Formats: sequence, C-alpha cells, structure tokens
Amino acid sequence: MIQIQHLYKSFEDREVLKDINATFKDGEINLIIGQSGSGKTVLMKNIVGLLTPTSGSILYDDRDFVSLSKKEKIKLRREMGMIFQSAALFDSLSVLENVMFPLNMFSYDCYEDRKKRALDCLARVNLVGAENKFPGEISGGMQKRVAIARAIVLEPKYLFCDEPNSGLDPKTSIVIDELISGITHEDNITTIVNTHDMNSVMGIGENITFICEGRAEWQGSNKEIMDASNQKLDDFIFSSDILRQAKELHDQQKGIKV
Amino acid sequence: MRRFCKIEIKYHSINTTKIVLTIKSGLTHLGQYVQLMGRALTQPDRWRMFFKQYVTEMFQLGYNSIGIVLIISFFIGAVICLQIKLNIQSPWMPRMVVGYTTREIMLLEFSSSIMCLILAGKVGSNIASEIGTMRITQQIDALDIMGVNSANYLILPKIAGLMTIMPILVTFSVCAGILGSYATTLMGTTTVPELDEGFRYQFNQWFFWCGMIKAIVYAFIITSVSAYKGYTVEGGSVEVGKASTDAVVLSSILILFSDIFLTSMLT
Ligand SMILES: Nc1ncnc2c1ncn2[C@@H]1O[C@H](COP(=O)(O)OP(=O)(O)OP(=O)(O)O)[C@@H](O)[C@H]1O
Ligand SMILES: [Mg+2]
Repeated sequence: MIQIQHLYKSFEDREVLKDINATFKDGEINLIIGQSGSGKTVLMKNIVGLLTPTSGSILYDDRDFVSLSKKEKIKLRREMGMIFQSAALFDSLSVLENVMFPLNMFSYDCYEDRKKRALDCLARVNLVGAENKFPGEISGGMQKRVAIARAIVLEPKYLFCDEPNSGLDPKTSIVIDELISGITHEDNITTIVNTHDMNSVMGIGENITFICEGRAEWQGSNKEIMDASNQKLDDFIFSSDILRQAKELHDQQKGIKV
Repeated sequence: MRRFCKIEIKYHSINTTKIVLTIKSGLTHLGQYVQLMGRALTQPDRWRMFFKQYVTEMFQLGYNSIGIVLIISFFIGAVICLQIKLNIQSPWMPRMVVGYTTREIMLLEFSSSIMCLILAGKVGSNIASEIGTMRITQQIDALDIMGVNSANYLILPKIAGLMTIMPILVTFSVCAGILGSYATTLMGTTTVPELDEGFRYQFNQWFFWCGMIKAIVYAFIITSVSAYKGYTVEGGSVEVGKASTDAVVLSSILILFSDIFLTSMLT
C-alpha cells in the first residue's frame, strides 16, 4: 500500500501540487486521472523519487520514502518497476537485452536462467519472436509491451505506468490495459497508472484518484464514478457526447429504480 | 557633462551585475560538475556490466578515431617537415634541424594537445549528444528508477575507456607524423640520413611521457565535461544540439588552459 499525505510540490514560485492525500491499494489498479497539465506526471515522479516533494510524506507500506537514506532508497527502488510515457527503452540494446538489463544488473543467476526469465516475460506480453529487434524497429505498442516486460522482470511490488496507452489506437490500448491489469492481479502488485483515457477509467479503474489543478478532488472506483456528485469530476469525465449520453441514460435508469 | 557621467556609471553598473551573474552561474556549474563526478567515480554496481561497457567505449571512442588520427598526423608531420626545410634551414643551420624540430613539435605539442583538441570535437560531441538524448527520452530516469547509479553506469566506462585508449592514439599520432616527414624525402626536399640524424639528436625520453600524461588528463577533461553537458540537458533536441556544441567549446578551452599548466609543470 502506498499512502500520500499532505504532499506539496512547487517549481520556483509555481505551486503544481497542493495538499494531495491519497491511498493506493495492493493488488489493485490505482488510476490517477486528470486533465493535461493537472500535475499527474509530477505526482508520479514525486512518488517514485525522481522529484523531491516540497513537503509531505509518501509511505510505502509505512516506510516514508522522503526520509529514507540513500542506500534504503536504492533498495526500495529495486522493488519498483516503471513504464514511461515514451517507453524509454535503451535504444542501443535489443529487445531481449532491454528486458534482461535489470537482471544483468541485480541478479546473480547464470546467463541461461536470466535469458529464460526474460523470454518468459516477453512471452507474457505476447512478444515471442521480436527479441532480436531493436527499439527503433518495432511499433509504439510493441515498445510499450517491451517496457512492461522490462518493468516486471524483477517481480516488483510496485508498478508505475505514466500514460501507458497514449499514442495507441483504442484496440491496442485495451490490450495494454488488460496486460497491466492481469499482471497486477496475478502477482498482487500495487499498480499506479496515470491516464486520461476514459476507456481505461471505465475498464480497469478499481481505485481512481481525480486530480484537478494540483488538488486531489475525488477518490473512488469506476462503479462509483457515475454517481459521484462532484462538478469538476463530471465536467472532466463526461466531456464527450457519448459519455454524457451514457451518464444521462444511467441517471434515467437510476430514477426508474428509485 | 553631468548627464554624460550618469550614463557612464549606469553602463558600468550593468556590466558588474553581468559579471557577478556569470561568476555565479559558473560556480553553480562547477558545483554540479563536481557532484556528478562524485556519483560517477565510484565503484560500479556490477563489474561485469562495467567491463562490457568499458570495452565497447574503448572501441567506439578510441578505435573509431584511429583513422582520423593517422591521416591528420601523417600530413601535419609532412607539412611541418616541409615548412622547416623551406623556411628555416639555411647554410648556417646544422643539417639535423629539420628532423629535430619536427620531432619536438610532434612529441611536445601536436600529438598530445592539438590531437586532443581535434578529438574533443569528435568524441565530445558524440558523448554529449548520446547522453543528452538518453536524458530527454527518459532513459536515464529509467535507469534511476531501477536503482542503478546512472551517472556511474553511463559515465565511468567512457572516462576509463578514453583514458586508456588516448595514450595509444597519441603514440600512433607521433609515429604517423614521423612517417609523414619521411614521406617528404620522396619529393626530394630532404634526405633520409638528414632526418635520421635530427630524429636521434638529443632525444629526451621524458618528453614522450609528458605527452602521455597530457593525453590522459585531456581524455578525462573531454569525457567528463561532455558527459556533464549531456547529463544535465533539459528540454528537447535543440538543447541536445546546444549541449553538444557547448561540450566541444568548453572542453577545448579547458584543454588549452590545462596545456599551459601542464607544460609549465612538466618541463
Ligand atoms: N520541471 C518542471 N519545471 C517547472 N514546471 C513544471 C515542471 N514539470 C512540470 N511542470 C508544470 O507542472 C504542471 C503539471 O505538469 P504534468 O506534466 O504533471 O502534467 P500532466 O498532468 O502529466 O499532463 P499530461 O496529461 O499532458 O501528461 C504543468 O503545468 C507544467 O508546466
Ligand atoms: Mg504526463
């Protein structure tokens, strides 16, 4: 479980995150949603320690990441996996070498075992046969899947995904979502996903935190989102015609039931 | 008259604030550079990975520069020999002056300092743009998240690699230069015995080691400064381009400065 308490972050004089409080649960997909520029990426970077918060605490199962020593931070980081918005594969290494990289760095297994483990992970993300290609030679969706394989190869306890399906078509997005969801539930990982894709919100959002202008405005599940009485959340979620109609239909049906 | 004075003073004060700001930013950069080197120059997380990278870097930075080093040194050696023969040698000068001067110029300055200046352009921009691109595409963040010391993993093999290969490149450069000057005998300007005499005249072995020491220091300057410039890029491709130009300019200036210090210290 990851808990955020009274988190503030400012850049020079600009306050980007204001008093964020949130809880991210084990074995669930925790979504952070919000408009572009609302501070999702900044929040995630604070959680994983790429940025230092101005104030507040980030508790990883009661270990406060901000006040850990350098050594403890590195130890905790080995329990994390992250998938970046741009996949961030090492472009001088092949797909297989990318996935093997964390193992080469931290595992003391022999080469054959490491390779087998990497190939298993590639099979899990349906990438059998692409292991000798280079990141420049595969599509964006495949790069994201390689990034997922690289993130899970050390069996992390915490998985972070920054907009895993940005720039992908709806069908591939769903494949990626289902992959992340499957891995989270099978391995009981605490997964945090940044997104503004409504398909993901409705599809896999078990615990959703809505950020608006640097404040955490709402927290709940995708089942509760239809009935949430939060104006800002409604404005954000139901901004497209289709979703607005769905919401009206939902409200009508609810009216009939009541 | 008074107005004139006022303008003078104003102009003066702007200049001082500018200087203060420049000094301040210079010191900030120096501090960041020292910090980065502190992170880079530590024991590698995994020696196996370090050696793999080390060999790759030696190949990429050093081996791929051998061609350019040989070509430039060969021709410069030939030209120095010709120039001295045509412009300096006269009936009052001893015969050996051509070979002697060529040897000293190659050994003392050209093969170490000037060659490293040229390599700063090739290697420095290469390192800065490679690391800079890794920074803006978040590959360095990815390393950090894994718990890898990214500065150590990326920078140390480059520093160690170039510091190993640079003395070899300098030796090659001296040899190519001397070959170049022998080549001028084919044109009939000098003769082989004449050159031989000059090359052997009062040979001081220490000068060779000076060149080696300089090469190692310059290799450190080129790699560490360029890596620093690349590692601290913020923004996009324009900034990466700027970082790689800055890396070349800054490492060239630092090489020239340290050349003065090293020359006065070593000889
Ligand atoms: N390093 C930085 N320095 C200054 N301001 C920054 C920095 N990083 C982010 N910001 C500001 O913080 C705000 C939030 O940015 P952030 O990247 O978190 O948005 P986001 O919610 O992830 O948007 P998107 O959905 O488009 O990725 C932006 O207005 C941005 O200008
Ligand atoms: Mg973002």
